[in-house]
Amino acid sequence: MKRLKSAAELEELQARILSRRDPNRTCVVTSVGTCGLARGAEDVAQAISKTLSDLGLKDSIDVKTTGCQGFCEIEPVVVIYPERILYQQVTPADIPEVISESVIKNEVIERLLYSDPSTGQKIIHEQDIPFYTKQNRLLLDNNRLIDPHKIDDYLALGGYSTLAKALFEMVPEQVLEEVKKANLRGRGGGGFPTARKWESCRNAPSSDGVRYVICNADEGDPGAYMDRSLLEGNPHSVIEGMVIGAYAIGSHYGYVYVRHEYPLALKNLIIALEQAREYGLLGENILGSGFDFDIKISRGGGAFICGESTALMASLEGKIGEPRPKHIHTVVSGLNGKPTNLNNVETWANVPLIINKGADWYSQIGTEESKGTKIFSLVGKINNTGLVEVPMGITLREIIYDIGGGIPDGKKFKAVQTGGPSGGCIPESLLDLPVDFERLVQAGSMMGSGGMIVADEDTCMVDVAKYFVKFLTEESCGKCVPCREGLDRMLDILTDITEGQGKEGDIELLEELGGVIKETSLCALGSTAPNPVLSTIRYFRDEYEAHIKEKRCPAGVCKALITFTIDEEKCPGCQRCIKVCPQMAISGEKKKPHIIDQEKCIKCGLCRDICKFEAIIVS
Amino acid sequence: MNHNYEKVATIVTKYGGNRDSLVSILQDIQAEYHYLPEDALRLVAQQLDLQLIQVYGVATFFKAFSLKPRGEHIVTVCLGTACHVRRAPAVLDEIERQLGIEPGETTEDMQFTLETVNCLGACALGPIVVVDGKYYGQMSPGKVKAILNRYRKAPKARKHEEIEVSR
Repeated sequence: MKRLKSAAELEELQARILSRRDPNRTCVVTSVGTCGLARGAEDVAQAISKTLSDLGLKDSIDVKTTGCQGFCEIEPVVVIYPERILYQQVTPADIPEVISESVIKNEVIERLLYSDPSTGQKIIHEQDIPFYTKQNRLLLDNNRLIDPHKIDDYLALGGYSTLAKALFEMVPEQVLEEVKKANLRGRGGGGFPTARKWESCRNAPSSDGVRYVICNADEGDPGAYMDRSLLEGNPHSVIEGMVIGAYAIGSHYGYVYVRHEYPLALKNLIIALEQAREYGLLGENILGSGFDFDIKISRGGGAFICGESTALMASLEGKIGEPRPKHIHTVVSGLNGKPTNLNNVETWANVPLIINKGADWYSQIGTEESKGTKIFSLVGKINNTGLVEVPMGITLREIIYDIGGGIPDGKKFKAVQTGGPSGGCIPESLLDLPVDFERLVQAGSMMGSGGMIVADEDTCMVDVAKYFVKFLTEESCGKCVPCREGLDRMLDILTDITEGQGKEGDIELLEELGGVIKETSLCALGSTAPNPVLSTIRYFRDEYEAHIKEKRCPAGVCKALITFTIDEEKCPGCQRCIKVCPQMAISGEKKKPHIIDQEKCIKCGLCRDICKFEAIIVS
Repeated sequence: MNHNYEKVATIVTKYGGNRDSLVSILQDIQAEYHYLPEDALRLVAQQLDLQLIQVYGVATFFKAFSLKPRGEHIVTVCLGTACHVRRAPAVLDEIERQLGIEPGETTEDMQFTLETVNCLGACALGPIVVVDGKYYGQMSPGKVKAILNRYRKAPKARKHEEIEVSR
């Protein structure tokens, strides 16, 4: 690779790459993000390469591996370009047929096609699948065109042209002004105006001129993984955004703080940084502009609190990841006491888009207060699990039913949890709520980083609240009393309630405690921690009351309040459950209904798993 | 020092001896030795010119680190929200029962260490159990025994940090 010394050289390189590529050539694409890999996409990709070379077609047909396409439910996915014929849940055994029938003879293999769960209709082309057509994939769409290990793929899409535009056609103030006009708000959860942060950091005094720019990739909210997908699938969009931001702020030192649970994102980012450096798109004198900026990677150690800005910076300094009070903001005194600007992965990925297409174009998308798109990870009890990028202002109903395909197994929707452990649960009555930063807060939840966990009738809301409080007691750093002790007490009360020991007045006590923790905690972890409890009390008070007054778990989840019995009508007496029961609690003769001994039963659920006749009743 | 920790120096040097890379350094050491041996921590403190307590503080603060030797196979149960609502706790209960240990513990024969993780970001596969870097999706209590048995017979552990393919 030759170092690029000007914007013209970048343009020439892009043109050269494009001239070598024929958009009409057949290309077989496998997505190998974490979800795909976990389902065997690597084997599929290898089978494709092997089959093509066995048939002597290696030189006439292209193959490509990309990051995640967001439709995790149907992985591993193979798409044949240029028509974009999509095959789902492909195994290596399917590949010879895919190549010989579909790639060579142009015939569609019916059984591997995606079928719409609501209509049962088979869909041939990727671009016609409702999951995709109803989204606005400004950030995610390029994932399908890019091999993240090849910077040339990003350059072929005009990558880094926006950086050249910023460096050579704009002064830093203009870049800042454009982001301000676009009203970009932080995608990590807070929704703070990005340009205002940049401006404060740029204007903060620094004795030696050192300022830091950090990308927060410590995506700690359970059930949220859009940042993983962006870093894995399109790392250069994040890098380009960071360089443009650093130029606007006047920073020469950057960090990406990646959580260690994302080994593939880390690997792809390391490769991307190396390749950007080799081309001179990172490092000293970027594109011959005289601007220097480089990025280092720092790995997290599995602490949720390190997503908080001051804790993250402490961890970057090699210290314990504890937050500090923010009387002085990190934009003034952050990493090593220097002005520091921290934005999350998705925020950075928005920056090239805004500078390239302009604030006027960008601010047409979204609502009055919240502009652009937001990526949500739609997970839990939902048909189409995956990453969904939609314009701000879309309703929850559209996301869950039109894109998500509704609830599996004909079950009833109960709630959607947004905002991770800092957020809350939103009930069915609010499904027509337009999703933006303000409305979610009004509903007692928050945007957070974009996790949307769907709960159905079989989900116990008290158990969900307990889950988050337990999570937070483990993740509380312990520095301030309200968060450390208050959450522990909340967990005690919730545990009592779920174990049938709940008392009259517990709900009120939870509300009071929650209020105090919100008011008095040191950092955002504590001040938002009671949200899951308070929002479930607000919307599902009857479930709490059923646990406390009737000692009953309506969803059949809380172990102490449920019993496993066998439906005599349905049980054919196959003895499978007898063999699997670890407690030897089930008895019965062959071909006669079995019985569970309640004294011995530990409610492990093994019998329910193994029963083919749905004869195990949980009540 | 009764063990040869010469690789520690190499790892520290790889990060330019920077204190800001402490977490990364500890991670590489753990990948090498499967845990953080006390003597290795002493060496890191020495080389980064830090007090041992500072290194110890970081090593105990983060969930990713273990100060005790870990078993040959690392079993990690994802307890993210999506996995939770899909009955991950029942899966964890069954693994605890099968191995006779709780999260953070290692079996007496040093075969298995059980750990939990807050989210692996692969929610479509939930509930997920990872054994030595290999992902097992759509888990249920009933599948636990068979999967653990595969490893009971397996001779050597694979590196935890690698993502591997599962079927």
